Amino acid sequence: MEVIATRPKSLTKLPFTYCPGCQHGVAHRLIAESIDELGMQNNMTGVAPVGCSVFAYKFFDFDMAEAAHGRAPAVATGMKRARPEMHVFTYQGDGDLAAIGTAEIVHAANRGEKISVFFVNNAIYGMTGGQMAPTTLPGMKTSTSPYGRNVDDIGYPIRMCELLATLVAPYYIERVSLLSPQEIIKAKKAVLKALTYNKEGKGFTFIEFVSTCPTNWGVDPVKSRDWARENMLPFFKAGVYRDKGEGVE
Amino acid sequence: MPKMTVDPNYCKGCGLCVATCPKKIIRFSEEINAKGYHYAECYKQEECIACKMCYVVCPDCAITVEK
Amino acid sequence: MAKILMKGNEAVAEAAIRAGCRLYFAYPITPQSELIEYMAKMMPKVGGTFIQAESEVAAINMVYGAGGAGKRVMTSSSSPGISLKQEGISYIAGAQIPAVIINVQRGGPGLGDIQPGQADYFQAVKGGGHGDYHLIVLAPSSVQEFADMAADAFDLADKYRNPVLILGDGMLGQMMEPVEFKHAKTDEEIAKLGLQHKDWCIFPKKDENDRHHHEINSLELDPSVLEKHVLNIYSKYAEIEKKEIRYEQYNVSPDNEVLCVSFGTASRIVKSAIDDLKAKGKSVGLIRPITLWPYPYEQIAQAIGPRVKKVYVLELNMGQMIDDVKVAVCGKVPVEFYGRVGGIVFTPAEVEQKLEESF
Repeated sequence: MEVIATRPKSLTKLPFTYCPGCQHGVAHRLIAESIDELGMQNNMTGVAPVGCSVFAYKFFDFDMAEAAHGRAPAVATGMKRARPEMHVFTYQGDGDLAAIGTAEIVHAANRGEKISVFFVNNAIYGMTGGQMAPTTLPGMKTSTSPYGRNVDDIGYPIRMCELLATLVAPYYIERVSLLSPQEIIKAKKAVLKALTYNKEGKGFTFIEFVSTCPTNWGVDPVKSRDWARENMLPFFKAGVYRDKGEGVE
Repeated sequence: MPKMTVDPNYCKGCGLCVATCPKKIIRFSEEINAKGYHYAECYKQEECIACKMCYVVCPDCAITVEK
Repeated sequence: MAKILMKGNEAVAEAAIRAGCRLYFAYPITPQSELIEYMAKMMPKVGGTFIQAESEVAAINMVYGAGGAGKRVMTSSSSPGISLKQEGISYIAGAQIPAVIINVQRGGPGLGDIQPGQADYFQAVKGGGHGDYHLIVLAPSSVQEFADMAADAFDLADKYRNPVLILGDGMLGQMMEPVEFKHAKTDEEIAKLGLQHKDWCIFPKKDENDRHHHEINSLELDPSVLEKHVLNIYSKYAEIEKKEIRYEQYNVSPDNEVLCVSFGTASRIVKSAIDDLKAKGKSVGLIRPITLWPYPYEQIAQAIGPRVKKVYVLELNMGQMIDDVKVAVCGKVPVEFYGRVGGIVFTPAEVEQKLEESF
């Protein structure tokens, strides 16, 4: 009997502290599996965000840094420029990356920093208790948009993949989703590709995961996937927005 | 013979594997783990086809699949 | 080596490079743009990294990242930009990361003006950022001192795993004076510096035996653990207070009738006034704190001679260091203040007149 699937080596043994059914754990696993497969663990480092995954450095078994809210791409820039032989990624949520951190992600991408950014988009602020995010959908109720997001007052959700794809430097940008086994398998391919490019020093890579937040959406984990599929995927379309390795500009 | 095992210490009873398993052979255990979750368990190992879909959807790396 | 005539902003940049700094991240702001421009030109020449960051916020976070990876790294800005950096500075102090920050002060508050000032004393010494921490603060008064402090700042930052702030001002940044540089670190020496923090920093694992992964972090949700962490940092500060106080005495003697306390370039003007008054037979002494944190409280108290009628604090602000002087003097004699703001620098004649009123 052979073990064909188990907890990846690049994760520590600590149980994740995420809510039941939260897809952060899946995203962490895809990243860890890829690091294992590419043999990157020994020179791997990452930057954890402020957000639900603030303790990511406890779950990955390699050196990691905490960053101030939104600043992970700048911290990653400092780390990569200081130790270019190491492989660097950031892991960020929608508030961290698309609200307070918008300048940092745009400029790290624009400089073509040789880092991978993993962006978990679940259209809400999880850690602080369900407030509106830059990616909250029109009409969506959150604790700070109790009457539903009013686009006339505060505008529309931000599509980060499309925004970053207007920049020349980024090497690989793809949006994936974690809402079914098939989508997760596809997401794994994207993560593996991003980290392969990272290992090869090709340039800035960016993966956006369309994900769920069962707790703050008030929907159970299984139904959350359906809700995200019906409401998020039409606006946040999965697909490759840039892949210089495959000639997609 | 293929089998899937759930480590009760990691499982949070989210139900994603239960919903995803194509053979419908995973259920919530009657028992609870230290955190109070009814963790998942395979109750018909002989029908497991090691498709790994449970492992793929599990957000807690609680599942090991053997073949 | 020979002395070179150099502008303060450039001299400190050159000194930082010689001290082994190979990473510099900053944003342009008057009156320190010459510093970033010098780095832009020189860093690539020594194989270092220069990035003009998108903001002072991004720059300080790049410093956090590079410092967290155990390398010598620096940023510089002026007053409003240093305000932007405060969150990052608090994180750097909390995560115990070595880093050097230079503030070339200008008039404030708000956008203020681009002329020299000393109104960031509180920001530098009393916090600036949130939480319990201290910056080691060095206050140069000449271009030579500015340059010397760059090397000292990196050494102190590495020794204590703490951010160090050099508190200059627009006058110092702009003026040209002869400066002699210390020995420039060789590539071998710099490579060795890059290993000094390997027991805690982001470090390639393959060079090491099996070890637990490192976390660069200031978050601790367990209150008892956070308290222990802060107490640990403060035991470091206690050591710094014991060992690293620096100050200068100028014309301090038992004949003094007035004792001045002044820092940075303002102290040079006070020295001129003191010399003039000496020629007129009036004895005034000066204590110039060189480290603003740790502060020479004891040394100020001990310099109050038997004939001193008052302690006079002269700063280019509305009265900031005077609070610390009052603590040092502890009611022994009256403490008076003279300052100018708005970017205006008092003249020796002005200071002399104020001091004479005390006689």
